[in-house]
Amino acid sequence: MIVTDIRPLLAVAFPLVASLLILFSGKKPNIREAFSIIAAVGAAICALSMSSGVVAGNVYEFVLCPLTDTLSLTLRVDYAGELFACVSSFLYVVVAFYAIGYMRGHHEKDQTGFFAFFAICICSAIGIAYSANLLTFFVFFEMLTIATWPLVFHERNDEAKFSGRKYLIYTLIPGQLLLVGIVIVYAMSGTLDFVAGGFMNDSMGSKLMLSVVFFLLVGAGAVKAGMMPLHGWLPSAMVAPTPVSALLHAVAVVKAGAFGVIRIIGYVYGPEVLSGLKVTQILAVFACVTIIASSLIAFSQDNLKRRLAYSTIGQLSYVVLGACMLTSLGMRGAFFQIVAHAFMKITLFMVAGAIIVTAHKDNVSQMNGIGKAMPFTMIAFAIGSFGIIGVPFFNGFVSKWNLLRGAIQGGMPIYVVVLLISAMLGISYLVPVIFTAFFPKNKETEFKEFHEANPFMLVPIMITGVLSVVMGINPNFGPHLYDLATLAADAVMKGVVH
Amino acid sequence: MRHDREVLLIMIMNHLPVLAVVVPLSAALLSLLLSRINKNLGKAVVILSLVFAFLDAVGLTAQVLQAEGHLIRYAMGNWDAPIGIEFYVDPINALLACFITFIAMCASIYSLSFLKDREWLQSGGYYTLIALLTVGLVGMTLTGDVFNLYVYLEISSLSCYGLIALGGKRSIPAAFRYLLIGTIGASFYLLGIGLMYAMTGSLNMADMGELLQSQMDNPLMYLVCASLIGAFGIKMAQFPFHAWQPDAYAYSHPGASPLISGAMSKVPALAMIRFFFFIFGVQNLVIVDATRLIGILGALGMIFGSVMALNQTDFRRMLAYSSVAQLGYIALGIGIGNLYGVTGSYLHILNHLFMKGGLFFAIGAIQYRFGIVNINQFGQLHKKMPFTCFTITMGALAMVGIPPTGGFFSKWYLMMGAMDKHLYIYMAVLVLSSLLNAIYFLRVLEKIFIAPEARLADRFDKEARRDGAAAKKHFLEVPAVMLVPIVVFGIGIVAMGIFNSQIVEFVAQTALKGVF
Repeated sequence: MIVTDIRPLLAVAFPLVASLLILFSGKKPNIREAFSIIAAVGAAICALSMSSGVVAGNVYEFVLCPLTDTLSLTLRVDYAGELFACVSSFLYVVVAFYAIGYMRGHHEKDQTGFFAFFAICICSAIGIAYSANLLTFFVFFEMLTIATWPLVFHERNDEAKFSGRKYLIYTLIPGQLLLVGIVIVYAMSGTLDFVAGGFMNDSMGSKLMLSVVFFLLVGAGAVKAGMMPLHGWLPSAMVAPTPVSALLHAVAVVKAGAFGVIRIIGYVYGPEVLSGLKVTQILAVFACVTIIASSLIAFSQDNLKRRLAYSTIGQLSYVVLGACMLTSLGMRGAFFQIVAHAFMKITLFMVAGAIIVTAHKDNVSQMNGIGKAMPFTMIAFAIGSFGIIGVPFFNGFVSKWNLLRGAIQGGMPIYVVVLLISAMLGISYLVPVIFTAFFPKNKETEFKEFHEANPFMLVPIMITGVLSVVMGINPNFGPHLYDLATLAADAVMKGVVH
Repeated sequence: MRHDREVLLIMIMNHLPVLAVVVPLSAALLSLLLSRINKNLGKAVVILSLVFAFLDAVGLTAQVLQAEGHLIRYAMGNWDAPIGIEFYVDPINALLACFITFIAMCASIYSLSFLKDREWLQSGGYYTLIALLTVGLVGMTLTGDVFNLYVYLEISSLSCYGLIALGGKRSIPAAFRYLLIGTIGASFYLLGIGLMYAMTGSLNMADMGELLQSQMDNPLMYLVCASLIGAFGIKMAQFPFHAWQPDAYAYSHPGASPLISGAMSKVPALAMIRFFFFIFGVQNLVIVDATRLIGILGALGMIFGSVMALNQTDFRRMLAYSSVAQLGYIALGIGIGNLYGVTGSYLHILNHLFMKGGLFFAIGAIQYRFGIVNINQFGQLHKKMPFTCFTITMGALAMVGIPPTGGFFSKWYLMMGAMDKHLYIYMAVLVLSSLLNAIYFLRVLEKIFIAPEARLADRFDKEARRDGAAAKKHFLEVPAVMLVPIVVFGIGIVAMGIFNSQIVEFVAQTALKGVF
């Protein structure tokens, strides 16, 4: 049932308005941070309060204004959108607190700009989640592209400048191709409204045309999701402050890319057309290569944030791979991977940031015995790592289990092999960190005293760490995210017989 | 008494089209005289006349949107067309007149701070020229008579030469070069309408359009089209007729450059649309060929302008070359030549007026305060001039075509039009051009926000040193008369994006649907 409701608009508007207020309150840091937190909490309440209604079958919709003569800026809360919006808005609250601790602890410059663009990023991420049509999606997608740029060049040195340029080159070009794709889709189908199961059909164009347009559309999402060979910007963007990394790599930017790919596969083309076109198989090959290669690269990185960045690249390709399987279980796994990976990876990044601020260490090799000084932080890191590896009772297991079942359901054993190899590689690059932290090789460690991160940072880490476990045991904890994933996957795959 | 006031109001309402021209024209003529009496009086009269012209144009737009057939034909001095001169007001030119008078009004207020210390002759003369330029542009927009258009074209050109020459030492050769090339352009126009007059015996646009339909296969039509393309191409600085433009825009008087670069090139573009689609009609083969040529020139201009803009370090020259590229968008839409293409063109005329106007307002303010125009000196400018940098940011994003700024939506309609006609190459050009725009405009943002702070001679510091304790305290980054237009245009760039569908639906398409 479609219900007109203002909450989707409010969820988007809170952070957007906050960003303006933040820019004007730069001289009073406490008021500025208060705006950030009010916006985060407001957006989260709006988003989370809709989840039970959405599970019950309501579709909340808000038509804001016409965008062009025929299309309008429409926000619609469906299963998939609600899932992504819940994750983004909830983690914004967590990161908002963490960012205060980090930025002040690290004595960063230009904090006002940081908090303002951070808010715009979240606004765009929620907007992407709630977009009801491709053009609305594009508006928020490009806003996200631009708003992330200042966060990447935040340090304002040469390295940051070049990372910023690299980021723009990698994201603006596919953005423009996405626009071309949207125009062609609109000309072929006469609509841009997302429909579960897709609105395109074979009769709209030749197979070649449909395939080319498919790649024009998914390109932008794939770049943001860091799929190889288009991942180059992501490790470079590591020069950004850690809360940005946490946001970039766990919530907003990369997830928006992966979510975009799902929208194109499930809501524009739909499984029926795609199984005829075979383009998803090509995409799946890229995803598989990315999963394996990024884990191998992660293994060789000593800088903890870079290691996590490569891990992110691999984990996001799980989402793409799951969507490309075109099976209901695979799709469910892909949706839940968005949730699970967000919680796990944000924990890991926040830990890395806490170590930088508290112990001033960037590299894994320097963290010999750090578990003694920062036990809670490192336990959270262990939780996140187990989730990434896919140990049962951690939330990463739920998504990976569904992906495995989806691969079998679709009769694609090769994907099973890829997923298992990736889990092994996950062990190889994450467990050594935990090992170095808790079981130092030589006893000559510099970390002798208990010296934890400040509470602004520690509490968010604990919250996401605990939630990672809770959602591993009961994936439906809180806003019914597992139900949403299931319902969304079934809606997309309805009518497809295996 | 009350009755008299009502009569006056009704009289004004009936004569809105002509008043938009006559009032600034009278002010222009009075400006110098009044300036001799009191320096401020001359300025005030011109500014008030432009405020009136703006309100008048808004009223006219409202009137024409409610009028029967969305058309007002105003017979000058009650001499009916086709013998008399008429003003042919439809939604698209009424709205453009609003925008022109708005930017003229803003520019005249903005210029106050540049002319504060000038003699009566300079300030009076300057305001005369501003008012005359507005008269020319509004007249060209509204007129329904081809020869009358020539008169306004000359008024606007001559006053424009003057305003460019006022910019300083380097501007005089630039103005002279524009004078030479501009005169050639005007001659081309005269040649074109001369031929048409010979063919039809009429100078009224609507009348001429009907009479020409039977003569469309006349080979002379090719000559007519070629001279019109040359004439308007030169006036709107369309590639490859743009050679005069970078110097002229870069060195013109900083107070007038928003008006010159924002409005001056748009009016010939609208005239081009008027001639090719409204008078000649796109169903004729010769017009199809002509518009195709315009489209190809536009596409080339988009690439050429952007490539040239890439290696400019003077922000004004960069903007000037960017204008060559942006005019290419408008020409591209004419070349696409269907409802969406021309809608995109028209929307881009309005959008670009806001974008370029805003950017020139911003650089004028930077020049006013710090005396710099080189982008390499912009480091950390956002700390000293936050609002100006806001407008530059918005303008830059709109140039690249990032939603929700206006620039995105004109690109959207152009792409839709190109897609309808399967002109995939134009879509590729649009993408390429956006990316090139991104390189040089985001480079400016990079300079502002990332580059280390440059050492600049601050005008306010100088004043403070000179005046000592008596110096004024500055709460704003530049005087309010400059800051207000800057901020208004910064917001306008986004507002144009948000309200594009209203403009397209109620203005562009109501007028264009009759043509396609």
